[in-house]
Amino acid sequence: MPEIKDLENICSQVRRDIVRMVHAVNSGHPGGSLGCTEYFVALYFHTLKHNPAKFSMDGIGEDLFFLSNGHISPVFYSALARSGYFEVKELSTFRKLNTRLQGHPTTHEGLPGVRVASGSLGQGMSVALGAAVAKKLNKDDRFVYSLHGDGEMQEGQIWEAAMYAAAKKVDNIISTIDVNGQQIDGSTESVCSLGDLHAKWLAFGWDVLSMNGADISNVIATLQKAKEHCGKGKPVMILMTTAMGQGVDFMMGTHKWHGTAPNDEQLAKALAQLPETVGDY
Amino acid sequence: MKHTFTDKKDTRSGFGAGLLELGKTNPKVVALCADLTGSLKMDAFQKEFPDRFFQVGIAEANMMGLAAGMTIGGKIPFTGTFANFSTGRVYDQIRQSIAYSGKNVKICASHAGLTLGEDGATHQILEDIGLMKMLPHMTVINPCDYNQTKAATIAIAALEGPVYLRFGRPVVPNFTPADQQFIIGKAILMQEGADVSIFATGHLVWQALEAAEMLAAKGISAEVINIHTIKPLDDAAILASVSKTRCAISAEEHQMNGGLGDSIAQLLSRKLPSPLEMIAVKDSFGESGTPEQLMTKYGLDAAHIVKAAETVIRRKQTVTA
Repeated sequence: MPEIKDLENICSQVRRDIVRMVHAVNSGHPGGSLGCTEYFVALYFHTLKHNPAKFSMDGIGEDLFFLSNGHISPVFYSALARSGYFEVKELSTFRKLNTRLQGHPTTHEGLPGVRVASGSLGQGMSVALGAAVAKKLNKDDRFVYSLHGDGEMQEGQIWEAAMYAAAKKVDNIISTIDVNGQQIDGSTESVCSLGDLHAKWLAFGWDVLSMNGADISNVIATLQKAKEHCGKGKPVMILMTTAMGQGVDFMMGTHKWHGTAPNDEQLAKALAQLPETVGDY
Repeated sequence: MKHTFTDKKDTRSGFGAGLLELGKTNPKVVALCADLTGSLKMDAFQKEFPDRFFQVGIAEANMMGLAAGMTIGGKIPFTGTFANFSTGRVYDQIRQSIAYSGKNVKICASHAGLTLGEDGATHQILEDIGLMKMLPHMTVINPCDYNQTKAATIAIAALEGPVYLRFGRPVVPNFTPADQQFIIGKAILMQEGADVSIFATGHLVWQALEAAEMLAAKGISAEVINIHTIKPLDDAAILASVSKTRCAISAEEHQMNGGLGDSIAQLLSRKLPSPLEMIAVKDSFGESGTPEQLMTKYGLDAAHIVKAAETVIRRKQTVTA
């Protein structure tokens, strides 16, 4: 298993990838990507049992991950590339014509590591649940992970899925919500308050954990704890507190960097805060 | 040739019978239903294969996502609910999680069209064919009777990729062979004719055969072709028939906009411009009534096909003159 220091180094490199990718095409979503970096690095470099070199759609005997808030594709692509699903240099094609790294993730261009298209919000939990049910049918004891934005909780389909998972005791799923309190038009509080997410998920019959998304040790420990909570008749939800734009001081904690790319000057300023550790693409 | 039928049955029961058979022969097949198990005739599958049947409750969006997810791990999910809730209600879920993602989901839809009857326009979807045929790589099938629906249900399990299978509620003549081989995308010549081609789908196939008989009594020879697969359309069969008859009628229980007639018009205007009349609902919602009353009121019966045939033949003669 990699040391925490190594994982933190990868986080810095992933953050460099994120800001460089969105800068290169002057589009994309850096804010949520930066905030979820520790989560992705913990999953792809520590927690998941997976086979990056030999991707198979069915993933029999492997853990599966589904990104429901597909707009944070930069962090997903960087984690996939740097964990070995495809060559790191392909990150330079992000959002360009004929790329496999579409603006929002898709299976359509055959990018290894992606198992469903996402972007239109609210759909990923249902898909992850379907995959979790298929694992049970196949007597496959691995886990299914999904990640969601907190703004995404405003979509009704999430709550259909939430009700189903508890009612049918889908207890091999570990979902996480990126609670950064921001969405496109402003704070979640000002746009349409989510209320008490912890109480809501408990009321829907889920086992609910919390973690600090900026602390990779805490993320790893909580994901481990979540696995131990599986198999007990309840789906598991982790509420992950993050700051949008984490790691780049002028991007932190504001919805303004949800879907805005840095200019040349801002890129230089961001990269100065993020040491190159394992090599730029 | 006079077409006869041995019995009258609902097409949804053909789906239920096909699904049950698939349950026995293909262990990858799973079924999901959104609180309409009896209406979709899925109860036999549910009873026989409880571990492969998923009651999702009144949550169709979640059902489509679950089905997409179950394909990951090799299952072949068949979803069942009314056509309205199988398409319009969940269009974005089908578009992103199933069609764009290339998932092997079979979307099976009952109670399509006006023949749902007394429940009225909220449930009588007449736009579903259009919605589904617009999605890239979606196969769209609308079989005509019990036997054909059963055969189609079994056939789509063997096709890799998303399929929309449309059928209905009422009891109608069961006139195609019980042992038929269902070939997706291959139109079926029901009756040869020389003066006009009638391309019908779903419940309208029987009406077209009745119309052909009425036309024969008037000395008009109608060719009747069963277009059970609307997408991919059997271009060759349509062009071959119209090359001979030089005029055509489309007949369907659907809006004129976006339906089978639209697809045929596209084809003919590009490859073989010919007079075409369309039997379809003309930019209108449905209403409550018995299936027969509604089909007559909205012009979707044999009598209206006969009138359309006479019109289109006159148009052909004008063009030729």
